[in-house]
Amino acid sequence: MSSVRVLVGTRKGAFILAADGKRRRWDVAGPYFAGWEIYHIAGSPVEPNRLYASQSSGWFGQKIQRSDDGGQTWEPMGDKFMYEGEAGTHQWYDGTQHPWEFKRIWHLQPSLSDPEVVYAGAEDAALFRSADGGKAWKELPGLRRAKGHLWQPGAGGMCLHTIVLDPKEPGRMFTAISAAGVFRTDDAGETWRPVNRGLKSLYELPDPDAEVGHCVHCIAMHPSRPEVLYMQKHWDVMRSDNAGESWGEVSGNLPSDFGFPIAVHTHEPDTVYVVPIKSDSEHFPPEGKLRVYRSRAGGNEWEPLGNGLPQDHCYVNVLRDAMAVDSLEPCGVYFGTTGGQVYASPDGGDTWEAIVRDLPAVLSVEVQTLP
Amino acid sequence: MIRVLLPVHLRTLARVEGEVKLPLEGPVTVRSVLDALEAAYPVLQGAIRDHTNGRRRPYVRFFACESDLSHEPMDAPLPEAVALGTEPLLVVGAMAGG
Repeated sequence: MSSVRVLVGTRKGAFILAADGKRRRWDVAGPYFAGWEIYHIAGSPVEPNRLYASQSSGWFGQKIQRSDDGGQTWEPMGDKFMYEGEAGTHQWYDGTQHPWEFKRIWHLQPSLSDPEVVYAGAEDAALFRSADGGKAWKELPGLRRAKGHLWQPGAGGMCLHTIVLDPKEPGRMFTAISAAGVFRTDDAGETWRPVNRGLKSLYELPDPDAEVGHCVHCIAMHPSRPEVLYMQKHWDVMRSDNAGESWGEVSGNLPSDFGFPIAVHTHEPDTVYVVPIKSDSEHFPPEGKLRVYRSRAGGNEWEPLGNGLPQDHCYVNVLRDAMAVDSLEPCGVYFGTTGGQVYASPDGGDTWEAIVRDLPAVLSVEVQTLP
Repeated sequence: MIRVLLPVHLRTLARVEGEVKLPLEGPVTVRSVLDALEAAYPVLQGAIRDHTNGRRRPYVRFFACESDLSHEPMDAPLPEAVALGTEPLLVVGAMAGG
């Protein structure tokens, strides 16, 4: 019988939640790396017991840990994330240029085909690649040549937080950066270009249609239809049907189109999930009701899903990397909150139950479906 | 032997308990002690000194003999008691936050 493993990164350590395919009874293990910020844990699609964790600390910097036994034991890997050549400068809050400075790794994306290859998204924004399972890292500097001097930090820092690999075009991948936008490569990371046409950042940018500078919070793709991308921007839920060449808004009837994560149903490429948040300064659900919204039409028409979620006095946030889906039937949906709850829906969002309620603030949630 | 007491998170990272004892020849300075420490425990590279510039990380402090040596030159001799091994060099995670 299949099983699932939920990989949870929090402000004070990592947790691994495991259940069989029914997804009703859960074993909770952790904290791993107690006291450290775990921005992200991700498993290799090729070797699911190979996990990578980004372990960081305001005191002691960045570490990368790897497990080859599904999280039971971990070994430190390489953590030298050095910008290639002259680090260069980017836009700073006061309008001046500011040098690139490495702070942490936000996101890890193992290759879809090679267990030794893994990508890491950094703050200050850059993309790194390892070809030896995380021991050595090399920047793909072409990304920062895509108008990097115009990128600027958002309130959460100038972070590369999303890496999406195209399963049909091996050389194509997308990255998303706050506050710079979405970037695409078609040659395995050698050269990049901004793909932000159609994004509108009224009141956030002096030119709302600027080529770069948009605060993209998350993007998601369905592997069967990689030309279609969904985006949760700072404000606005967006969709592209041409691999990012142009975007159109699909916020439709959402109670707020501000939010952080976005995810696509495993078996239904037109079914999309977001978690509306009241506003950019009020980072909690509208009306104090925690609701995931689901569109079965690829956007525009959204329905609230709150069965089993707190429907009064709820003022948590759901961060950009903290929602994921499994590949069981029916599709399971998972998300974690800044209040330390991790919720699971084993039926595509119809009903929800808390797996755990009192973890440290959740930074990331990933799910592995195991045979 | 030089004695070094690490903060708990670095002891966990390096998988050591209690003080670390390091044989050291030549001048006993913060730099030479950290070089020996990182050679013995490579996982500590980057955790005390920044990978990029080799400087002390902002929220790390060096104490010994009830003195804060964090702002002393990295090549300044450490107190004789540290060099003789009668006192440890303390690597400290600074108080930060509310």
